[in-house]
Amino acid sequence: MIMDPKSMSCEEFQEQLADLVGSGADVVNHPHIKTCQNNCLRLYEDLQTIADAARQLLQDQQPEDNLWERIESAIKKK
Amino acid sequence: MPRTRFQKQASETTEPEATPEKGSPVEVQDSVKEVIPPPAITPEAEILARAQAGDHHAFAHLYSLHKRRIYSLCLRMVGNVAEAEDLTQEAFLQLHRKIGTFRGDSAFSTWLHRLSINVVLMHLRKKGLPLMSLDEAMEPSYDDGPGRSFGAPDLSLTGSIDRLALERAVAALPAGYRLIFVLHDVEGFEHNEIAAMLDCSVGNSKSQLHKARLKLRDALRLSLRKGARK
Repeated sequence: MIMDPKSMSCEEFQEQLADLVGSGADVVNHPHIKTCQNNCLRLYEDLQTIADAARQLLQDQQPEDNLWERIESAIKKK
Repeated sequence: MPRTRFQKQASETTEPEATPEKGSPVEVQDSVKEVIPPPAITPEAEILARAQAGDHHAFAHLYSLHKRRIYSLCLRMVGNVAEAEDLTQEAFLQLHRKIGTFRGDSAFSTWLHRLSINVVLMHLRKKGLPLMSLDEAMEPSYDDGPGRSFGAPDLSLTGSIDRLALERAVAALPAGYRLIFVLHDVEGFEHNEIAAMLDCSVGNSKSQLHKARLKLRDALRLSLRKGARK
């Protein structure tokens, strides 16, 4: 079903957020946002901030030094 | 199919190419017979070939090249250091068993990354953790509902998320939400790829991701509020 963005409720708009966040869409100019009296824009901006910040987590971390010894020992047992 | 962020990185690595054996000098001109010493750092393709042939030292070298990425992946997916180390161990044991089957259709790092994700998923299934809850995904509860933000104090996250706070919030997510969030927002997989990995629908993957982000938002706002009070 195609929804008219102008008559969209906040709930209906927020159901689309999974697609909108990270899509690069011009959400600020979305017809619902222009008329929304609630916090839909703030919610979108927060979720977008979280999605952007997630990339910081790609930074690699170091395992314990003895992990290789465990792996080596397990290989030898087989 | 669009490439994932990880694949984009992986494909930028040097493609395997024929290289002289370690320790053998390289002749550059027949006439001059000038010799160049072997490079100090052995190319990964050569290390891989030697590991495939059963060279234990080469396998150890592969471990040192990839341990950080695989351990970090496991840690992000399970949110627990001890479990992440066990899973890293299991991933490299599987690599040891299966390395002979790698044919170079994709970058080695991509192949190992996929293998490791499968190890984690198998582990989570064995633990009986529901990776995806269809009922939960399709029926928004009061806690998860989109309207929850209304009436909350006006607290923006924009420009205020630090890495540690986000790491803690992700680690505290329920397993299913964390998995989807890590695979999509951190690792860069598309919803159709996640749906195939987790044997769920694309809609379910999107819905779970949305809920994961909402939960993270709540946790981060709470953390900001606590910080503001101090």
